[in-house]
Amino acid sequence: MDASSQAVLEATDLHQRVEGPSGTLDILRGVSLAVNPGETVAILGASGSGKSTLLGLLAGLDAPSGGEVRLLGQTISELDEDGRAALRAGRVGFVFQSFQLLPALSALENVLLPLELNPEHEAQSGAELTRRANEALDRVGLAQRARHYPHQLSGGEQQRVAIARAIVDHPAILFADEPTGNLDGRTGEPIIEHLFALAHDAEPGRTPTALLLVTHDPELASRCDRIIRIQDGVLA
Amino acid sequence: MNRHTGLRNLRGWLRGTWQEWRSAELRVLAAALVVAVAAVAAVGFFTDRVDRGMADQAASLLGGDLAITSRSPVPDEWVDEARERGLQSVRSAALPSVLFGADDQSRLSSLRAVDPDWPLVGEARIRDPYGQEHTITHGPEPGEAWLEGALLNDLGLEPGDTVTVGRRDLEITAVLTLEPDRGSALTDLAPRLMLAYEDLESTELIGPGSRVNYQFYLSGIDSVVEAYTDWLEPRLEPGQRIQGLEDAAPELRAAVERAERFLGLASLMAVLLAGAAIAVAAHHFAQRRADSAAIMRALGASARRVLAVYFGRVLLVAVIASLIGLALGFLAQFVLSALLGDWLDGDLPPPGLRPVVAGLGVGLITAAGFALPAMLRIGQVPPLRVLRRDIGLPSASVWLSGALAVAAFGALLWWQAADPQLALWVLLGTAGALLILGLLGAALVLAVRPLRDRGGIALRFGLANLSRRGGLSAVQLVAFSVGILALLLLAIVRVDLLEAWDASIPEDAPNHFYVNIQPGEQEPLADRMEEAGLERPQMDPMIRGRLVAINDLPVGPGDFDDERTRRLLDREFNLSYADEPPEHNPVVEGHWTLDQPESDGLSVEAGLMERLELELGDSLTFRIGGRAVRGSITNVREVNWDSFRVNFFVTGAPALLDEQPRTYITAFRLPEDMRDAQSRWLRDFPAVTAIDVSAILERVRDIIEQATRAVEYVFLFTLVAGLTVLFAAVQATRDVRRREAALLRTLGARRRDIRNALLAEFGTLGFLAGLLAAIIATVIGALLAWQVFDFDYRVNPMTFVYGIGGGTLGIALAGWLGTRRVLDQAPLTVLRGPE
Repeated sequence: MDASSQAVLEATDLHQRVEGPSGTLDILRGVSLAVNPGETVAILGASGSGKSTLLGLLAGLDAPSGGEVRLLGQTISELDEDGRAALRAGRVGFVFQSFQLLPALSALENVLLPLELNPEHEAQSGAELTRRANEALDRVGLAQRARHYPHQLSGGEQQRVAIARAIVDHPAILFADEPTGNLDGRTGEPIIEHLFALAHDAEPGRTPTALLLVTHDPELASRCDRIIRIQDGVLA
Repeated sequence: MNRHTGLRNLRGWLRGTWQEWRSAELRVLAAALVVAVAAVAAVGFFTDRVDRGMADQAASLLGGDLAITSRSPVPDEWVDEARERGLQSVRSAALPSVLFGADDQSRLSSLRAVDPDWPLVGEARIRDPYGQEHTITHGPEPGEAWLEGALLNDLGLEPGDTVTVGRRDLEITAVLTLEPDRGSALTDLAPRLMLAYEDLESTELIGPGSRVNYQFYLSGIDSVVEAYTDWLEPRLEPGQRIQGLEDAAPELRAAVERAERFLGLASLMAVLLAGAAIAVAAHHFAQRRADSAAIMRALGASARRVLAVYFGRVLLVAVIASLIGLALGFLAQFVLSALLGDWLDGDLPPPGLRPVVAGLGVGLITAAGFALPAMLRIGQVPPLRVLRRDIGLPSASVWLSGALAVAAFGALLWWQAADPQLALWVLLGTAGALLILGLLGAALVLAVRPLRDRGGIALRFGLANLSRRGGLSAVQLVAFSVGILALLLLAIVRVDLLEAWDASIPEDAPNHFYVNIQPGEQEPLADRMEEAGLERPQMDPMIRGRLVAINDLPVGPGDFDDERTRRLLDREFNLSYADEPPEHNPVVEGHWTLDQPESDGLSVEAGLMERLELELGDSLTFRIGGRAVRGSITNVREVNWDSFRVNFFVTGAPALLDEQPRTYITAFRLPEDMRDAQSRWLRDFPAVTAIDVSAILERVRDIIEQATRAVEYVFLFTLVAGLTVLFAAVQATRDVRRREAALLRTLGARRRDIRNALLAEFGTLGFLAGLLAAIIATVIGALLAWQVFDFDYRVNPMTFVYGIGGGTLGIALAGWLGTRRVLDQAPLTVLRGPE
């Protein structure tokens, strides 16, 4: 088995070009990278370097202008929007800078979402799924607040719910976009601890989750196995 | 500020307004106003036309701008005075008289003698001996007579023949086909013979004791007519009465006014729902303008200036939307006129300008009342927001919003109802109903919460959205309920009520009344009817008497405030006497003692007891043919006036009344195929007047049908206004929905999942609104049946089927159409974070 077939994520010669009012803008210019199972990778760059755009393309949230992304062995450009959604369901986790919890749903219901969206769990009972969601909340220390709604939680607590949601279905890869960007240092630190611990903390017999972290913070980036620097749309 | 700066500012403001116009919130606000103004204007234009038509027709119905009725001939002094003041005048006299025809056939007719200038206002129509119809503005020549067709037939006469009126022979020169000022008094039920006023004396029918009604009609400039009225009033004697235009056809006028008022109030329901849509849209508008307003404030604009800029834009949009609404309303009123046009004879005059002013007024008041609270918030946005986006707008004062909305709606109600008390009741009723609906709506939203844990992700997410936006959901729920309720009430409950009403009239309910049956005729007439195959009819004696004293204290119309009671005392009662209580009049108080010899007992109808504040044991004195007859109330009867049977307010003991001058009355069912037989026996009883109630019944049904169809039409606006609330709510939540859809897609949701969640949310909303509307429609239907119409009402399951089915499908579809674009939202949006 060669190295590329083991990778959970592989990008080849990615280009992203957008038409703006002042002409064509090249945001990404020939980016290639691969992430192996269980590996933690930081994409480090300043504001406007194209790192969030890269994250969007790698996670299949947008289609590149050129090049190819293979996520979990599937070429993303060959899939339509629903196909890409199905690929993500249950196997890709996300943690966003702005938490992105659904305000209408309680903490528990937010964590349940990936389980319910994953067709593999269709046969499982609601009670079983709820048990797993509660377990995930317990792991981030929020078992007591399962019935609370996002507006009843602090910023740090909301991000911990987001982490519980990201890891509840043991995804193959977890994308994190400036996960502490909206939090102060004291609140941010435990979040990072959780993120790394949970990503590495695989159940016996399971492949550990790979973590792809986008940040502008070199210190945070240094905690990853590997750092990829991006500047003006190319990897440095 | 110099002129150039002012102009530049204005141009900039207008350009800004044009930019704003592209925003969905202003469009929703405009659409809601268009619906509200269109509803009010459609009704306004139509009622304006009807009012003008009524004014035109009133003079024609009255016979002039002023009419004086008198028991004695009009003094020459009145005629001379009118001539001197430059008024046109006409005299007329009417009296009942039996006419004899070709083979000694006789028929009771109503004679009317008129001056040559009759009719003073409007036109009459006659048919000449050659069958040609003519419109005429003069009366018959001396020596001539015009007869109605029915009278000619009954007498076996033709134009060209001679008819004997009293001691005078007149030549029949035409058939009278339209008499514009024919009154609706009972004496006028007999067919008409018209002759020249100057021939009246030669008939020798005028003498002591003859029942002649004299009329004197005047026409001219308003101020002169008024001055003449002032001159005349002190000269009036008892039995002489002045009638103005407002007295013409009072029943029709009252019915039309009630109907107009109801249509007006119905149109305000659309305004109320549109107001809810405007409030939602305005708050969303304010929310989205918070950043711009904060920058304006940070750069030094005063709160008042920010308010002026944004509220000014809303008002400009309101004016434009109101104009569009007016145009739509103008078109829509043609449909109303087509539905209801035959309330009045003849064509309706074109509408005037009053509804235009009214429509603009409604538009501006609604916009101001419902949008101002949101605009005040935008003016008070803290300038610090430019640095800290988490600082929002100051929260809306519920009290201020409520007070402004109530004030605006109350003002509209007052103006539309033209009666502060009615306006207050409708306002309180509406507020109470909305409060109950709101509470029920909120309770229902809570009640479906447990379902969240039972269904899949779509149901969970849809229901979660409903309960998170609890306030907005309740507003939508109320709006849809009102819209669906309006349709259910008219589409199903109306039909149920009409059917139940039909069913409440027994198959064998009488459809004919005979009145004026002379003493001695009642048995032979009953024999003839029995021979013809009818069941022998019951003949009830009928005695005319005026109530002159209660407990020996004189009473008159002036002793009571209530208009109906005054009218009751102003005319003669129809009294009767009987040994047995009528089968269809249960005695509800006291005992029937009228069959006892020497009894002076009276049995009085329950409503009259209340009206005249009577009690058992009270005495009533009636003046009957110049004699006073006194009796005591021994029992109270309940009368169902809709039963189409013979009913009396007061029935006395035979011992008390059977010596009094009387005629007889009967009610019976005449099969359709016996109409020919009827005219044969009626010919032998010429004094009898036949009244065909089936025609009246038919007319009542027609009016109910027409009026409800018109209300249905007006309620369509209510439904559309309810939909604008939906779209306002959808617009207000559009940004949030987009982000949520993108997030769900990021987490792996397919289009189908999101579509199902939207359908679950709006379908549930529609289901709850339909359920609420069906429950309330059923309660209203039952209350109406029980309290107003007095018959049993059965719950119609179709009310629930249509209410819930229509609500679920309709709202789910409308909601999905309004939000389906969120399905196309690229998941990448989530990376950009919340706005």
